[in-house]
Amino acid sequence: MPQTQTAAERVKLNRQLAQMLKGGVIMDVTTPEQAHIAEEAGACAVMALERIPADIRAAGGVSRMSDPAMIRGIQEAVSIPVMAKCRIGHIVEAQVLQAIDIDYIDESEVLSPADNVYHIDKTQFDVPFVCGARDLGEALRRVAEGATMIRTKGEPGTGDVVQAVRHMRKIQKQIRDVVALREDELFEAAKQLAVPVELLREVHATGKLPVVNFAAGGVATPADAALMMQLGAEGVFVGSGIFKSGNPAKRAAAIVKAVANFTDATMIAKLSENLGEAMVGINADEIELIMEERGK
Amino acid sequence: MACAVLAVQGAFIEHEQRLLELGEDCIELRQAADLARPFDRLVLPGGESTVQGKLLEEIGMLEGLRARIEDGMPTLATCAGLILLARDLAAHDDRGTPRLGTMNITVERNAYGRQLGSFHAQAECAGMPDVPMTFIRAPYIAKVEPSVEVLARVDGRIVAAREGSQLAVAFHPELDDDLRMHQLFLQM
Repeated sequence: MPQTQTAAERVKLNRQLAQMLKGGVIMDVTTPEQAHIAEEAGACAVMALERIPADIRAAGGVSRMSDPAMIRGIQEAVSIPVMAKCRIGHIVEAQVLQAIDIDYIDESEVLSPADNVYHIDKTQFDVPFVCGARDLGEALRRVAEGATMIRTKGEPGTGDVVQAVRHMRKIQKQIRDVVALREDELFEAAKQLAVPVELLREVHATGKLPVVNFAAGGVATPADAALMMQLGAEGVFVGSGIFKSGNPAKRAAAIVKAVANFTDATMIAKLSENLGEAMVGINADEIELIMEERGK
Repeated sequence: MACAVLAVQGAFIEHEQRLLELGEDCIELRQAADLARPFDRLVLPGGESTVQGKLLEEIGMLEGLRARIEDGMPTLATCAGLILLARDLAAHDDRGTPRLGTMNITVERNAYGRQLGSFHAQAECAGMPDVPMTFIRAPYIAKVEPSVEVLARVDGRIVAAREGSQLAVAFHPELDDDLRMHQLFLQM
Protein backbone atom coordinates (compact mmCIF):
# COMPACT_ATOMS: atom_id res chain seq x y z
CA MET A 1 0.00 0.00 0.00
CA PRO A 2 2.85 1.98 1.08
CA GLN A 3 1.57 5.49 1.33
CA THR A 4 4.51 7.72 1.97
CA GLN A 5 5.06 8.27 5.65
CA THR A 6 6.92 11.19 7.18
CA ALA A 7 9.82 10.51 9.53
CA ALA A 8 7.64 11.54 12.48
CA GLU A 9 4.91 9.09 11.41
CA ARG A 10 7.52 6.31 11.13
CA VAL A 11 8.74 6.94 14.67
CA LYS A 12 5.15 6.79 15.87
CA LEU A 13 4.41 3.56 13.98
CA ASN A 14 7.61 2.02 15.33
CA ARG A 15 6.78 2.96 18.93
CA GLN A 16 3.31 1.57 18.34
CA LEU A 17 4.59 -1.83 17.20
CA ALA A 18 6.34 -2.07 20.58
CA GLN A 19 2.99 -1.27 22.23
CA MET A 20 1.50 -4.32 20.50
CA LEU A 21 4.23 -6.52 21.99
CA LYS A 22 3.41 -5.50 25.58
CA GLY A 23 2.50 -8.24 28.01
CA GLY A 24 4.44 -10.64 25.83
CA VAL A 25 7.64 -12.66 25.79
CA ILE A 26 10.34 -12.24 23.12
CA MET A 27 12.51 -15.33 22.78
CA ASP A 28 16.05 -15.83 21.41
CA VAL A 29 16.12 -18.51 18.71
CA THR A 30 18.96 -19.82 16.55
CA THR A 31 17.12 -22.07 14.06
CA PRO A 32 13.74 -22.20 12.26
CA GLU A 33 12.85 -25.20 14.45
CA GLN A 34 13.44 -23.20 17.63
CA ALA A 35 11.48 -20.29 16.16
CA HIS A 36 8.57 -22.64 15.54
CA ILE A 37 8.75 -23.97 19.12
CA ALA A 38 8.81 -20.38 20.43
CA GLU A 39 5.78 -19.34 18.34
CA GLU A 40 3.85 -22.45 19.39
CA ALA A 41 4.66 -21.67 23.01
CA GLY A 42 3.20 -18.17 22.65
CA ALA A 43 6.18 -15.90 22.01
CA CYS A 44 5.02 -12.46 20.80
CA ALA A 45 8.23 -12.11 18.73
CA VAL A 46 11.51 -13.94 18.25
CA MET A 47 15.09 -12.66 18.22
CA ALA A 48 17.03 -14.44 15.48
CA LEU A 49 20.70 -14.93 16.33
CA GLU A 50 23.44 -17.40 15.54
CA ARG A 51 24.42 -18.09 19.12
CA ILE A 52 22.50 -17.38 22.28
CA PRO A 53 24.34 -15.17 24.79
CA ALA A 54 25.43 -18.09 27.00
CA ASP A 55 27.21 -19.67 24.03
CA ILE A 56 28.69 -16.32 22.96
CA ARG A 57 30.24 -16.18 26.44
CA ALA A 58 31.51 -19.74 26.16
CA ALA A 59 32.92 -19.27 22.65
CA GLY A 60 34.62 -15.92 23.24
CA GLY A 61 36.03 -13.99 20.29
CA VAL A 62 34.22 -11.37 18.23
CA SER A 63 30.50 -11.75 18.01
CA ARG A 64 28.73 -10.21 14.97
CA MET A 65 25.38 -9.86 13.22
CA SER A 66 23.91 -13.21 12.13
CA ASP A 67 24.01 -14.58 8.58
CA PRO A 68 21.11 -12.97 6.66
CA ALA A 69 20.22 -16.37 5.16
CA MET A 70 19.75 -17.77 8.66
CA ILE A 71 17.54 -14.81 9.60
CA ARG A 72 15.47 -15.28 6.43
CA GLY A 73 14.94 -18.93 7.33
CA ILE A 74 13.44 -17.83 10.63
CA GLN A 75 11.33 -15.12 8.95
CA GLU A 76 9.84 -17.82 6.74
CA ALA A 77 9.19 -20.17 9.65
CA VAL A 78 6.95 -17.90 11.75
CA SER A 79 4.23 -15.25 11.38
CA ILE A 80 5.14 -13.27 14.53
CA PRO A 81 7.62 -10.34 14.32
CA VAL A 82 11.27 -11.30 13.84
CA MET A 83 14.00 -9.19 15.44
CA ALA A 84 17.76 -9.43 14.96
CA LYS A 85 20.84 -7.95 16.60
CA CYS A 86 23.48 -5.66 15.17
CA ARG A 87 26.65 -4.51 16.93
CA ILE A 88 26.58 -1.20 18.78
CA GLY A 89 27.54 1.53 16.31
CA HIS A 90 27.60 -0.80 13.28
CA ILE A 91 25.64 1.31 10.80
CA VAL A 92 26.05 -1.15 7.93
CA GLU A 93 24.90 -4.22 9.86
CA ALA A 94 21.77 -2.19 10.64
CA GLN A 95 21.38 -1.24 6.96
CA VAL A 96 21.66 -4.92 6.03
CA LEU A 97 18.99 -5.90 8.56
CA GLN A 98 16.70 -3.17 7.23
CA ALA A 99 17.33 -4.41 3.68
CA ILE A 100 16.07 -7.88 4.60
CA ASP A 101 12.88 -6.37 6.01
CA ILE A 102 13.49 -7.19 9.68
CA ASP A 103 10.69 -6.12 12.07
CA TYR A 104 12.95 -4.73 14.83
CA ILE A 105 16.72 -4.28 15.20
CA ASP A 106 18.34 -4.78 18.61
CA GLU A 107 21.48 -2.60 18.74
CA SER A 108 22.89 -4.91 21.33
CA GLU A 109 25.68 -5.07 23.88
CA VAL A 110 25.48 -8.87 23.59
CA LEU A 111 27.49 -8.62 20.37
CA SER A 112 31.01 -7.13 20.30
CA PRO A 113 30.71 -3.34 19.93
CA ALA A 114 31.80 -1.97 16.55
CA ASP A 115 32.18 1.55 17.90
CA ASN A 116 33.45 2.47 21.36
CA VAL A 117 32.03 6.00 21.26
CA TYR A 118 29.01 6.35 19.03
CA HIS A 119 25.73 4.48 18.82
CA ILE A 120 23.90 4.31 15.49
CA ASP A 121 21.88 7.41 14.54
CA LYS A 122 18.65 5.45 14.47
CA THR A 123 16.65 8.42 13.19
CA GLN A 124 18.17 7.69 9.75
CA PHE A 125 16.33 4.37 9.50
CA ASP A 126 12.73 3.41 8.73
CA VAL A 127 13.00 0.13 10.63
CA PRO A 128 12.58 0.31 14.43
CA PHE A 129 15.32 -0.20 17.03
CA VAL A 130 15.32 -1.54 20.59
CA CYS A 131 18.32 -0.73 22.81
CA GLY A 132 19.51 -1.80 26.26
CA ALA A 133 19.73 0.57 29.23
CA ARG A 134 20.89 0.35 32.83
CA ASP A 135 19.48 3.67 34.00
CA LEU A 136 17.27 6.54 32.92
CA GLY A 137 20.16 8.44 31.33
CA GLU A 138 21.10 5.56 29.03
CA ALA A 139 17.43 4.93 28.20
CA LEU A 140 16.71 8.55 27.20
CA ARG A 141 19.98 8.90 25.28
CA ARG A 142 18.98 5.87 23.20
CA VAL A 143 15.48 7.33 22.67
CA ALA A 144 17.09 10.62 21.56
CA GLU A 145 19.13 8.62 19.02
CA GLY A 146 15.89 7.16 17.68
CA ALA A 147 15.29 3.94 19.65
CA THR A 148 11.54 3.23 19.80
CA MET A 149 11.74 0.55 22.49
CA ILE A 150 13.99 0.08 25.53
CA ARG A 151 14.97 -3.02 27.49
CA THR A 152 17.05 -3.38 30.60
CA LYS A 153 20.49 -4.73 29.87
CA GLY A 154 20.67 -7.16 32.76
CA GLU A 155 23.70 -9.41 32.34
CA PRO A 156 22.98 -11.58 29.28
CA GLY A 157 23.76 -15.27 29.13
CA THR A 158 24.10 -15.76 32.88
CA GLY A 159 20.66 -16.98 33.94
CA ASP A 160 21.18 -14.62 36.88
CA VAL A 161 18.36 -12.09 37.14
CA VAL A 162 20.08 -9.81 39.65
CA GLN A 163 21.33 -7.20 37.16
CA ALA A 164 18.00 -6.97 35.32
CA VAL A 165 16.35 -6.33 38.69
CA ARG A 166 18.91 -3.67 39.55
CA HIS A 167 18.49 -1.91 36.20
CA MET A 168 14.68 -2.01 36.26
CA ARG A 169 14.53 -0.74 39.85
CA LYS A 170 16.97 2.02 39.04
CA ILE A 171 15.07 3.24 35.97
CA GLN A 172 11.74 3.18 37.86
CA LYS A 173 13.25 4.99 40.85
CA GLN A 174 14.80 7.66 38.64
CA ILE A 175 11.46 8.16 36.87
CA ARG A 176 9.76 8.70 40.23
CA ASP A 177 12.49 11.17 41.18
CA VAL A 178 11.98 13.12 37.94
CA VAL A 179 8.20 13.23 38.45
CA ALA A 180 8.79 14.75 41.90
CA LEU A 181 10.87 17.64 40.54
CA ARG A 182 9.62 21.19 40.01
CA GLU A 183 9.56 22.16 36.34
CA ASP A 184 12.38 24.65 36.79
CA GLU A 185 14.56 21.85 38.19
CA LEU A 186 14.34 19.80 34.99
CA PHE A 187 17.17 21.70 33.24
CA GLU A 188 19.68 20.74 35.91
CA ALA A 189 18.37 17.17 36.00
CA ALA A 190 18.78 16.93 32.22
CA LYS A 191 22.36 18.12 32.60
CA GLN A 192 23.08 15.57 35.34
CA LEU A 193 21.55 12.71 33.33
CA ALA A 194 23.14 13.94 30.06
CA VAL A 195 19.81 13.78 28.20
CA PRO A 196 17.72 16.28 26.16
CA VAL A 197 15.46 18.33 28.41
CA GLU A 198 12.46 17.76 26.09
CA LEU A 199 12.55 14.02 26.76
CA LEU A 200 12.88 14.64 30.49
CA ARG A 201 9.82 16.92 30.36
CA GLU A 202 7.91 14.05 28.79
CA VAL A 203 8.95 11.70 31.61
CA HIS A 204 8.03 14.39 34.14
CA ALA A 205 4.55 14.78 32.63
CA THR A 206 3.71 11.10 32.03
CA GLY A 207 5.62 9.26 34.78
CA LYS A 208 6.98 6.78 32.27
CA LEU A 209 9.52 6.41 29.48
CA PRO A 210 8.39 7.81 26.10
CA VAL A 211 8.66 4.27 24.69
CA VAL A 212 7.78 0.74 25.84
CA ASN A 213 10.24 -0.76 28.36
CA PHE A 214 10.88 -4.52 28.53
CA ALA A 215 13.09 -6.52 30.90
CA ALA A 216 16.04 -8.52 29.56
CA GLY A 217 19.22 -10.25 30.67
CA GLY A 218 19.21 -13.26 32.97
CA VAL A 219 15.50 -14.21 33.04
CA ALA A 220 15.34 -18.02 33.37
CA THR A 221 12.13 -19.05 35.15
CA PRO A 222 8.40 -18.14 35.15
CA ALA A 223 8.96 -16.55 38.56
CA ASP A 224 11.87 -14.45 37.19
CA ALA A 225 9.62 -13.19 34.39
CA ALA A 226 6.75 -12.37 36.76
CA LEU A 227 9.22 -10.62 39.09
CA MET A 228 10.30 -8.30 36.29
CA MET A 229 6.65 -7.56 35.44
CA GLN A 230 5.88 -6.74 39.08
CA LEU A 231 8.85 -4.37 39.08
CA GLY A 232 7.35 -2.46 36.16
CA ALA A 233 8.52 -4.19 32.97
CA GLU A 234 5.96 -4.09 30.17
CA GLY A 235 7.13 -7.44 28.78
CA VAL A 236 10.14 -9.74 28.89
CA PHE A 237 12.98 -10.90 26.65
CA VAL A 238 14.20 -14.42 27.40
CA GLY A 239 17.50 -15.30 25.80
CA SER A 240 19.52 -18.28 26.91
CA GLY A 241 16.95 -19.24 29.58
CA ILE A 242 14.71 -21.26 27.26
CA PHE A 243 16.86 -23.21 24.84
CA LYS A 244 19.57 -23.84 27.46
CA SER A 245 17.03 -25.60 29.68
CA GLY A 246 15.86 -29.22 29.88
CA ASN A 247 12.39 -28.79 28.30
CA PRO A 248 12.33 -25.61 26.16
CA ALA A 249 8.75 -25.91 24.86
CA LYS A 250 7.26 -26.38 28.32
CA ARG A 251 9.41 -23.71 29.95
CA ALA A 252 8.65 -21.22 27.16
CA ALA A 253 4.89 -21.75 27.47
CA ALA A 254 5.09 -21.44 31.26
CA ILE A 255 6.97 -18.12 31.03
CA VAL A 256 4.37 -16.77 28.57
CA LYS A 257 1.53 -17.60 30.96
CA ALA A 258 3.40 -16.23 33.97
CA VAL A 259 3.84 -12.88 32.19
CA ALA A 260 0.12 -12.73 31.33
CA ASN A 261 -0.81 -13.44 34.97
CA PHE A 262 2.18 -12.00 36.79
CA THR A 263 0.37 -11.25 40.06
CA ASP A 264 -1.28 -14.68 40.43
CA ALA A 265 1.09 -16.66 42.67
CA THR A 266 -1.15 -19.73 42.63
CA MET A 267 -0.92 -19.90 38.86
CA ILE A 268 2.83 -19.23 38.86
CA ALA A 269 3.30 -22.04 41.40
CA LYS A 270 1.51 -24.42 39.07
CA LEU A 271 3.46 -23.19 36.06
CA SER A 272 6.73 -23.73 37.90
CA GLU A 273 6.06 -27.42 38.55
CA ASN A 274 8.12 -30.06 36.76
CA LEU A 275 9.71 -27.79 34.22
CA GLY A 276 12.83 -29.91 34.09
CA GLU A 277 16.29 -28.54 34.49
CA ALA A 278 16.66 -24.77 34.40
CA MET A 279 19.62 -23.26 32.63
CA VAL A 280 22.61 -23.93 34.87
CA GLY A 281 23.59 -20.30 35.02
CA ILE A 282 26.64 -18.40 36.12
CA ASN A 283 26.60 -15.86 38.93
CA ALA A 284 26.76 -12.44 37.36
CA ASP A 285 29.63 -11.48 39.68
CA GLU A 286 31.73 -14.51 38.70
CA ILE A 287 32.08 -13.58 35.04
CA GLU A 288 34.91 -11.73 33.38
CA LEU A 289 33.10 -10.30 30.36
CA ILE A 290 30.67 -7.64 31.58
CA MET A 291 28.35 -6.97 28.64
CA GLU A 292 26.30 -4.33 30.45
CA GLU A 293 29.35 -2.03 30.42
CA ARG A 294 29.14 -1.81 26.64
CA GLY A 295 27.45 1.29 25.19
CA LYS A 296 26.56 3.96 27.75
CA MET B 1 -22.25 -2.29 33.88
CA ALA B 2 -18.63 -2.53 32.77
CA CYS B 3 -16.82 -3.19 29.53
CA ALA B 4 -14.47 -6.18 29.68
CA VAL B 5 -11.12 -5.82 27.92
CA LEU B 6 -9.22 -8.99 27.06
CA ALA B 7 -5.89 -8.46 28.85
CA VAL B 8 -3.75 -11.54 28.20
CA GLN B 9 -1.33 -9.73 25.86
CA GLY B 10 -1.09 -6.62 23.71
CA ALA B 11 -2.31 -3.02 23.81
CA PHE B 12 -5.25 -3.42 26.19
CA ILE B 13 -4.43 -0.45 28.45
CA GLU B 14 -4.81 1.92 25.48
CA HIS B 15 -8.41 0.71 24.97
CA GLU B 16 -9.17 1.11 28.67
CA GLN B 17 -7.90 4.71 28.55
CA ARG B 18 -10.14 5.53 25.57
CA LEU B 19 -13.18 3.94 27.23
CA LEU B 20 -12.51 5.75 30.52
CA GLU B 21 -12.37 9.05 28.61
CA LEU B 22 -15.90 8.22 27.44
CA GLY B 23 -17.03 7.47 31.00
CA GLU B 24 -17.15 3.67 30.60
CA ASP B 25 -15.94 1.44 33.45
CA CYS B 26 -13.55 -1.36 32.46
CA ILE B 27 -12.53 -4.71 33.85
CA GLU B 28 -9.61 -6.83 32.61
CA LEU B 29 -9.99 -10.45 31.54
CA ARG B 30 -6.77 -12.30 32.38
CA GLN B 31 -8.02 -15.73 33.42
CA ALA B 32 -11.15 -17.88 33.40
CA ALA B 33 -12.27 -16.69 36.85
CA ASP B 34 -12.59 -13.14 35.49
CA LEU B 35 -15.49 -14.26 33.27
CA ALA B 36 -17.63 -14.50 36.41
CA ARG B 37 -17.38 -10.74 36.97
CA PRO B 38 -20.25 -8.63 35.57
CA PHE B 39 -19.73 -7.07 32.14
CA ASP B 40 -21.99 -6.34 29.20
CA ARG B 41 -19.46 -5.38 26.50
CA LEU B 42 -16.23 -6.86 25.23
CA VAL B 43 -13.07 -5.45 23.65
CA LEU B 44 -10.53 -7.68 21.88
CA PRO B 45 -7.37 -5.53 21.61
CA GLY B 46 -4.40 -5.52 19.27
CA GLY B 47 -1.31 -7.60 19.98
CA GLU B 48 -0.22 -10.92 18.55
CA SER B 49 -3.20 -13.07 17.56
CA THR B 50 -1.23 -16.32 17.89
CA VAL B 51 -0.35 -15.49 21.50
CA GLN B 52 -3.82 -14.31 22.44
CA GLY B 53 -5.56 -17.29 20.78
CA LYS B 54 -3.30 -19.78 22.48
CA LEU B 55 -3.71 -18.15 25.90
CA LEU B 56 -7.51 -17.92 25.48
CA GLU B 57 -7.63 -21.66 24.88
CA GLU B 58 -5.15 -22.74 27.54
CA ILE B 59 -6.42 -20.41 30.23
CA GLY B 60 -9.95 -21.64 29.47
CA MET B 61 -11.66 -18.48 28.22
CA LEU B 62 -12.30 -19.39 24.59
CA GLU B 63 -15.66 -21.15 25.02
CA GLY B 64 -17.00 -18.66 27.56
CA LEU B 65 -16.23 -15.65 25.37
CA ARG B 66 -17.55 -17.35 22.24
CA ALA B 67 -20.86 -18.04 24.02
CA ARG B 68 -21.22 -14.39 25.08
CA ILE B 69 -20.48 -13.10 21.59
CA GLU B 70 -22.92 -15.57 20.04
CA ASP B 71 -25.53 -14.39 22.57
CA GLY B 72 -25.14 -10.90 21.11
CA MET B 73 -22.75 -9.14 23.50
CA PRO B 74 -21.48 -5.96 21.77
CA THR B 75 -17.86 -6.65 20.81
CA LEU B 76 -15.15 -4.34 19.45
CA ALA B 77 -12.20 -6.16 17.91
CA THR B 78 -9.07 -4.41 16.64
CA CYS B 79 -6.26 -5.91 14.55
CA ALA B 80 -5.33 -9.16 16.38
CA GLY B 81 -8.87 -9.10 17.82
CA LEU B 82 -10.30 -9.08 14.29
CA ILE B 83 -8.24 -12.18 13.51
CA LEU B 84 -9.64 -13.89 16.64
CA LEU B 85 -13.22 -13.14 15.49
CA ALA B 86 -12.72 -14.30 11.90
CA ARG B 87 -14.36 -17.58 10.95
CA ASP B 88 -11.71 -18.24 8.30
CA LEU B 89 -8.12 -17.38 7.55
CA ALA B 90 -6.91 -17.10 3.96
CA ALA B 91 -6.41 -20.52 2.38
CA HIS B 92 -2.60 -20.29 2.20
CA ASP B 93 -2.45 -19.48 5.94
CA ASP B 94 -2.22 -22.95 7.42
CA ARG B 95 -1.37 -22.15 11.06
CA GLY B 96 -4.22 -23.55 13.10
CA THR B 97 -4.08 -21.21 16.10
CA PRO B 98 -7.26 -21.25 18.20
CA ARG B 99 -9.79 -18.49 17.42
CA LEU B 100 -13.29 -17.45 18.45
CA GLY B 101 -14.47 -17.72 14.84
CA THR B 102 -17.82 -15.98 15.42
CA MET B 103 -17.77 -13.50 12.51
CA ASN B 104 -18.43 -14.53 8.91
CA ILE B 105 -15.31 -13.02 7.40
CA THR B 106 -12.09 -14.33 5.87
CA VAL B 107 -8.94 -12.59 7.08
CA GLU B 108 -5.55 -12.17 5.46
CA ARG B 109 -2.97 -11.88 8.26
CA ASN B 110 0.12 -9.62 7.99
CA ALA B 111 -1.53 -8.52 4.77
CA TYR B 112 0.70 -5.48 4.26
CA GLY B 113 3.94 -7.31 5.06
CA ARG B 114 6.33 -6.72 7.93
CA GLN B 115 6.89 -3.59 10.02
CA LEU B 116 8.22 -1.56 7.05
CA GLY B 117 4.73 -2.02 5.55
CA SER B 118 2.98 -0.47 8.59
CA PHE B 119 1.28 2.84 7.77
CA HIS B 120 -1.09 5.57 8.85
CA ALA B 121 -4.07 6.66 6.75
CA GLN B 122 -7.36 8.55 6.96
CA ALA B 123 -10.58 7.29 5.43
CA GLU B 124 -14.33 7.29 5.84
CA CYS B 125 -15.64 4.64 8.24
CA ALA B 126 -19.31 3.88 8.93
CA GLY B 127 -20.25 7.20 7.31
CA MET B 128 -17.82 9.17 9.51
CA PRO B 129 -15.36 11.26 7.48
CA ASP B 130 -11.57 11.28 7.94
CA VAL B 131 -11.21 8.60 10.60
CA PRO B 132 -7.49 8.24 11.48
CA MET B 133 -6.35 4.68 10.88
CA THR B 134 -3.08 3.24 12.17
CA PHE B 135 -2.13 -0.10 10.63
CA ILE B 136 0.62 -2.05 12.43
CA ARG B 137 1.61 -5.29 10.64
CA ALA B 138 -2.09 -5.27 9.96
CA PRO B 139 -4.52 -7.79 8.51
CA TYR B 140 -7.35 -6.94 6.14
CA ILE B 141 -10.67 -8.63 5.45
CA ALA B 142 -10.34 -10.58 2.21
CA LYS B 143 -13.96 -11.77 2.02
CA VAL B 144 -17.28 -11.19 3.79
CA GLU B 145 -20.54 -13.17 3.83
CA PRO B 146 -23.76 -11.29 2.88
CA SER B 147 -24.68 -10.94 6.59
CA VAL B 148 -21.65 -8.66 7.10
CA GLU B 149 -21.79 -4.90 6.52
CA VAL B 150 -18.60 -3.35 5.16
CA LEU B 151 -17.81 -0.10 7.02
CA ALA B 152 -14.53 1.05 5.51
CA ARG B 153 -12.10 0.38 2.71
CA VAL B 154 -8.56 1.66 2.24
CA ASP B 155 -7.11 1.24 -1.26
CA GLY B 156 -9.97 -1.09 -2.09
CA ARG B 157 -9.29 -3.44 0.87
CA ILE B 158 -11.93 -3.96 3.55
CA VAL B 159 -10.54 -2.69 6.86
CA ALA B 160 -13.69 -2.39 8.98
CA ALA B 161 -16.93 -4.39 9.13
CA ARG B 162 -19.93 -5.08 11.33
CA GLU B 163 -22.04 -8.20 11.73
CA GLY B 164 -24.82 -7.99 14.29
CA SER B 165 -23.18 -6.83 17.51
CA GLN B 166 -19.62 -7.51 16.34
CA LEU B 167 -17.57 -4.51 15.18
CA ALA B 168 -14.17 -5.48 13.76
CA VAL B 169 -11.43 -3.19 12.43
CA ALA B 170 -7.98 -3.92 11.04
CA PHE B 171 -6.54 -0.67 12.40
CA HIS B 172 -6.01 0.71 15.93
CA PRO B 173 -8.57 3.37 16.99
CA GLU B 174 -7.11 3.09 20.52
CA LEU B 175 -3.80 4.60 19.31
CA ASP B 176 -5.19 7.78 17.73
CA ASP B 177 -6.66 10.84 19.33
CA ASP B 178 -10.15 10.27 17.95
CA LEU B 179 -12.88 8.68 20.02
CA ARG B 180 -15.47 8.14 17.28
CA MET B 181 -14.87 4.41 16.79
CA HIS B 182 -15.20 3.78 20.52
CA GLN B 183 -18.35 5.94 20.58
CA LEU B 184 -19.78 3.88 17.74
CA PHE B 185 -19.04 0.74 19.78
CA LEU B 186 -20.68 2.14 22.91
CA GLN B 187 -23.82 2.97 20.92
CA MET B 188 -24.19 -0.66 19.81
